[in-house]
Amino acid sequence: MAREDYEIVMGLEVHCELSTKTKIFCSCPTEFGGEPNTHCCPICMAMPGTLPVLNEKVVEYAVKAGLATNCKIARNSKNDRKNYFYPDLPKAYQISQFDLPLCYEGYVNIETPEGEKKIRITRIHIEEDAGKLNHDEYGRGSFVDLNRAGVPLIEVVSEPDLRTKEEVEAYLRKLKSIFEYIEVSDCKMQEGSLRADVNVSVRKKGTSDLGTRTEMKNMNSFRSIVRAIEYEANRQIDVIENGGEITQETLRWDDVSGKTFSMRDKEDAQDYRYFPDPDLVAIKLSEEYIENIQKSLPELPESRKKRYLEDMGLTEKAANFVTASKYYSNMFEEATEACNNAKSVSNWIMSDIARILNEREEEPEDLKFSGKELGELVSLIDKGTISSAIAKKVLEEMFENPEMPSKIIEAKGWVQISDEGAIKEVVSKVLEANPQSIQDYKAGKDKALGFLVGQAMKETKGKANPQMLNKLFLEELNK
Amino acid sequence: MAISKEEVEHIAKLACLNLSEAEKERYAGDMTEILEFANMINSVNTDEVNETIGANENYNVFRKDEIVQTVDKESLLQNAPSQEDGMFQIPKVIN
Amino acid sequence: MELYELTAHELMDKLAKAEVTSEEITKSYFDRIREKDGEVKAYVSIMEEEALSKARSVDEARKAGKSVSKYAGIPIGIKDNMCITGTKTTCSSKMLENFVAPYNATVIENLNKEDMVYLGKTNLDEFAMGSSTENSAFFNTRNPWDLDRVPGGSSGGSAAAVAADLAPWTLGSDTGGSIRQPSSLCGVVGFKPTYGLVSRYGLVAFASSLDQIGPITKDVTDSALLLNLLAGHDEKDSTSMNVEKKDYTKALINDVKGMKIGLPKEYIGEGINEEVKQAILAVAKKYEELGATVEECSFDVGKYATSVYYVIADAEASSNLGRFDGIRYGFRSEKYDNLKDIYKNSRSEGFGPEVKRRIMIGTYVLSSGYYDAYYKKAQKVRTVIKNSYNELFEKYDLLLTPVSPTTAFKIGEKSDNPLEMYLADICTVPVNIGGLPGMSIPCALDSNGLPIGFQLIGKAFNEETIIRAAYTYEQNSNFKENKPTFKGGNN
Repeated sequence: MAREDYEIVMGLEVHCELSTKTKIFCSCPTEFGGEPNTHCCPICMAMPGTLPVLNEKVVEYAVKAGLATNCKIARNSKNDRKNYFYPDLPKAYQISQFDLPLCYEGYVNIETPEGEKKIRITRIHIEEDAGKLNHDEYGRGSFVDLNRAGVPLIEVVSEPDLRTKEEVEAYLRKLKSIFEYIEVSDCKMQEGSLRADVNVSVRKKGTSDLGTRTEMKNMNSFRSIVRAIEYEANRQIDVIENGGEITQETLRWDDVSGKTFSMRDKEDAQDYRYFPDPDLVAIKLSEEYIENIQKSLPELPESRKKRYLEDMGLTEKAANFVTASKYYSNMFEEATEACNNAKSVSNWIMSDIARILNEREEEPEDLKFSGKELGELVSLIDKGTISSAIAKKVLEEMFENPEMPSKIIEAKGWVQISDEGAIKEVVSKVLEANPQSIQDYKAGKDKALGFLVGQAMKETKGKANPQMLNKLFLEELNK
Repeated sequence: MAISKEEVEHIAKLACLNLSEAEKERYAGDMTEILEFANMINSVNTDEVNETIGANENYNVFRKDEIVQTVDKESLLQNAPSQEDGMFQIPKVIN
Repeated sequence: MELYELTAHELMDKLAKAEVTSEEITKSYFDRIREKDGEVKAYVSIMEEEALSKARSVDEARKAGKSVSKYAGIPIGIKDNMCITGTKTTCSSKMLENFVAPYNATVIENLNKEDMVYLGKTNLDEFAMGSSTENSAFFNTRNPWDLDRVPGGSSGGSAAAVAADLAPWTLGSDTGGSIRQPSSLCGVVGFKPTYGLVSRYGLVAFASSLDQIGPITKDVTDSALLLNLLAGHDEKDSTSMNVEKKDYTKALINDVKGMKIGLPKEYIGEGINEEVKQAILAVAKKYEELGATVEECSFDVGKYATSVYYVIADAEASSNLGRFDGIRYGFRSEKYDNLKDIYKNSRSEGFGPEVKRRIMIGTYVLSSGYYDAYYKKAQKVRTVIKNSYNELFEKYDLLLTPVSPTTAFKIGEKSDNPLEMYLADICTVPVNIGGLPGMSIPCALDSNGLPIGFQLIGKAFNEETIIRAAYTYEQNSNFKENKPTFKGGNN
């Protein structure tokens, strides 16, 4: 059978670091970086005799995440211990949630070529992050840094509803965008604050039984996730096609070789001996508590999209694009308020801003300027103060130097020439220098006009008002 | 129900313990005896009963999300059997 | 009378009247330790230098007329499973032989506020697992009433120290009887408060849902005085209850008239030594004479408590002791060339046989396929036991039982049979399962001249009723006239 005859079935376990100030069970800072073992205390170092106390913000953020992903919220919940030995896990157990997660049975919608698709979320629970092992290149050993140990995480477990790598990416981007909107996580993948375990299995199209799955752990870039899925699905299909069987195992994706490897030592004796953590007490959430969080939720992307379509006249494509990121969406709203030209603002975001970010290998959250600046830029075009060509140059400049466009234009001397006398002078000068073009135009070659306008633009370093230039050339040529 | 040597070995692996042959034999016997004693609880009818979770009825004990740094790095590292550059040193781990 | 023979409240009086200095008191204890601790071996480490310097600074403050706590300058011994910043906290284990605590337990913070003086850290069964202190990785502590016998455990060092006048009072911890049983065997007063009354922060965990710190003292008054310092809500311990702060000395009232005391028949029957049983019945009679009603009652489900206890305690212990891995602190085996060996060899060489046995049992009952049958079932039976206590406490103010089915046994007598050793706790374990307060009060000597204690069990957070009844008994009896003989000790 060919590869096309197989269907890939995937479910994700997404780990997302919550942006609380302190760790989940102690008062150490969660701030990224820092000298090794300086964001630590006896509690997160698991010194004998220490005890955990749950950070109230962690519960609040997890409930927020649950409500924003259409989950039910557990009225009764608890923390459990997951026991295993690893040097990045100082207590030899991770405090997590086993049978009573804070949130359960939710979903998010993603866009697919076939239209909107619902991806079901099994549960969202809270747990603590592990520390970090640094490896020495000279073989002297590994080194344990516990700064990350105890940083709060939510784990979002999906049902195996994902079928293509595009869907996986769309789902991840959706979660990322929601968590950014509700401000529970900064979702910085390069810092590991959003990472995913991907469960992959394959089956012949038209069958409904789930195949044996493998789990790829700790993936933290969209690119590697997509590549890893592609590799792993093909590997599984090849195994089956060659008459083999898939072994249920945990895999590590290696970005350099582009292959997955078995993590056998982690497989050894996988019996986590979960039990309720006797150092912690029950979590009981009242209706009032949940309602208050519900009320505090900001407007989510789906509702924003609806508003952009219905009230602001954006196209479906533009509305999807702008709402995909909280940073885009906030910028869009702020800019539109400043210039009252939603369409133009959305075009700038979709085309030039997205393109420049891409070239710079940056994400929307890295944008240094705000909607205020973008709004002014659009107004300046609309008022004819600058041309679109100049506006592009101003935008490039804004990426380096996030100042108000009017200031940039002034500093660079980029104000558009709209004085008829001045433009007339340029037109005359250009016509004088290009008699051949005049003849060409008169012979019916319309292209000549474009050439002349271009020359005039060159002469004015792009500052001449293009409409006015056009008009004056035509007047002269048609005399 | 007697605990076999294999079970003892499996449990020792989970608990990260190295047991000598003599210890394995000893613990197999002790565990069999103690677990048999523990099995007494199975004669209690608990059909209508919820298990106790936590030792008391405390609930919703939370901490404010405020940074407090208490103990300096030196005293946190002072007991390390092996350390370098402010980190705990262990033999090389390949993940 | 020597200073070291006095109770803490007597010493407080003398300090308040400036009849004596803290330095004199402290020195008298270290002299006594030098004289007697070679036989008793109650201390794992002593802190003479720090203690004397603290005592002197308290004396100076008093002399200068500064306001100081009434507890200031009073010495105390601490069970070596509670952390004191900058000092060794060994849990009597090779695993922590050189561990220097980087922080203070909350109870230590509380005592520090009163400027108390630490004499040293007392011996225990390794990680508090045991009933005889024979499981200490360092040495056996001996019972001051008969040096060939055990002091009980796991707070054997703390109880023996008080009995032998090596400390006016000490702190112990109690998971299944570890304060009360050694107190009973050593003829002193041991009080395990309600679970959640005293912070566990800084107490090296054995079984988190059962552990509780409490005082071991020469009399009931000292018990109330010390409990006043220990009790109180702690934000660092999620299981610490936010209950109203009380002055327990207000319960030191010599009157039990109208009090209803239940006498569970299961604890004065089979399996209880006859002399112990007679002593308990005598206490019951005494209470009736003093105006209380004592009524036989039934606590049938109590017989399951020991089974429940060993499942829950060992399960929690197996997880709590996972952190001892030879990486951040504690013993690291020299035999390793990979990570797995560090784990396995450090743990195997660092833990003693009883600790490993408990870890094995605890791991087993939590492991896949056995969780429901053991751990979950035990937690259900725990609910049944709690319910049964609740019913009893609808009728009674207190329950009266023995503390230990026997008096102190010979060193080595039970150390080869773990289950037999576990049965030494049958009277005390149910109280931890219920999370209730229980006190051991000495009441008689057996025919071998060994102390017998009785246990009063109260309602949760009703320590006062226990204190009142215990105090009344103490005021109307004369056990205090007996003194340990330090006999034996030749083998």
